[in-house]
Amino acid sequence: MTMSLTQQIITIAMVVLGTMLTRFLPFIVFPSGKPTPKYVQYLGKVLPSAVIGLLVIYCFKDVSLLSASRGIPEFLGVVVVAFLHYWRKNMLISIAGGTIVYMILVQVVFL
Amino acid sequence: MNDTKESFHTNPLRIYNHMNKRNQIWVAFRAAFPYTVPILAGFVFLGIAYGIFMNSLGFSAIYPILMSLFIFAGSMEFVAATLLLITFGPINALVLTLMVNARHLFYGISMLDKYRGIGKKKLYMIYGLCDESFAINSTVNIPNFVDKGWFMFFVTLLNHFYWVIGSAIGGIFGSYVKFNTEGLEFVMTSLFVVIFIEQWMKEKKHHSAVLGLGLSTISLLIFGGTHFIIPAMIAILGVLILLRKQLEKVEVSAT
Repeated sequence: MTMSLTQQIITIAMVVLGTMLTRFLPFIVFPSGKPTPKYVQYLGKVLPSAVIGLLVIYCFKDVSLLSASRGIPEFLGVVVVAFLHYWRKNMLISIAGGTIVYMILVQVVFL
Repeated sequence: MNDTKESFHTNPLRIYNHMNKRNQIWVAFRAAFPYTVPILAGFVFLGIAYGIFMNSLGFSAIYPILMSLFIFAGSMEFVAATLLLITFGPINALVLTLMVNARHLFYGISMLDKYRGIGKKKLYMIYGLCDESFAINSTVNIPNFVDKGWFMFFVTLLNHFYWVIGSAIGGIFGSYVKFNTEGLEFVMTSLFVVIFIEQWMKEKKHHSAVLGLGLSTISLLIFGGTHFIIPAMIAILGVLILLRKQLEKVEVSAT
């Protein structure tokens, strides 16, 4: 390791600072004491659905369609989760089922 | 006469209120815990993976533990590990962090209203506003008898706790794990898919959800895995602002 301990601490502190800035900024810019501008209220209402869509896609950012498995295990995993969830409507069953199927696929089927 | 009467009446009430408050916190904890169970699995696993990763880079267990405690942003912690191995550049570290974590800005904007008026806990809840805590707290229907502030507080706290515990286990015992855990990280993907479906079934109009999926996919195809988030965020923000009039109209006519 080329960095001294102090440099390491400063580097980690910068990462903490950056992360906290992204989390606290909206609350600093739009404090709860003042009325939030209408367009921000609108964004607060419509953003969650869009951002959860973004998070779903974010999980597939490292999937390569050119790799050996071509993203098939990921696709099947999502299908299983969606199917289980429409069928049983139980969050834990859907998540456990999808994950187990995916693990079998990547460990046994698509080597 | 009046005084005694009043103390007779207020004192038991105060005791009752005190007990009631403790009870409320416990009720909120018990309501919050089941929602965090998938994250317990996911974070302990990913935390272990992170601890092992740090271990393999030559860092002692105290690094993943403290970094998970203070940074508490999974993907950024992996990046931070690599930052520790290159030439010292604090500004570079800051700018990179702002870019990787820019999505948190959207979480904050979405939670402005929900986090309103819940006292000092709010500071910690903003501090711990990670992907998973946001995904649960922004979409879950908290039952009326449960204190919303404490519910969201415990979701945040439990997630944070799982992540630190996982990192500690990975950092300390990482080299002894023998069970084949390949693919276990899919638990987080499944969680987001389930939350997306729940949100989809709950909402009357799907414009925003479709935009989020579609624009992110397009951005991923164009910019690739490492650079797609910020263009996707800008596209989502731009289109949502452009569609404001229509979307607000839909909302009014739907209610």
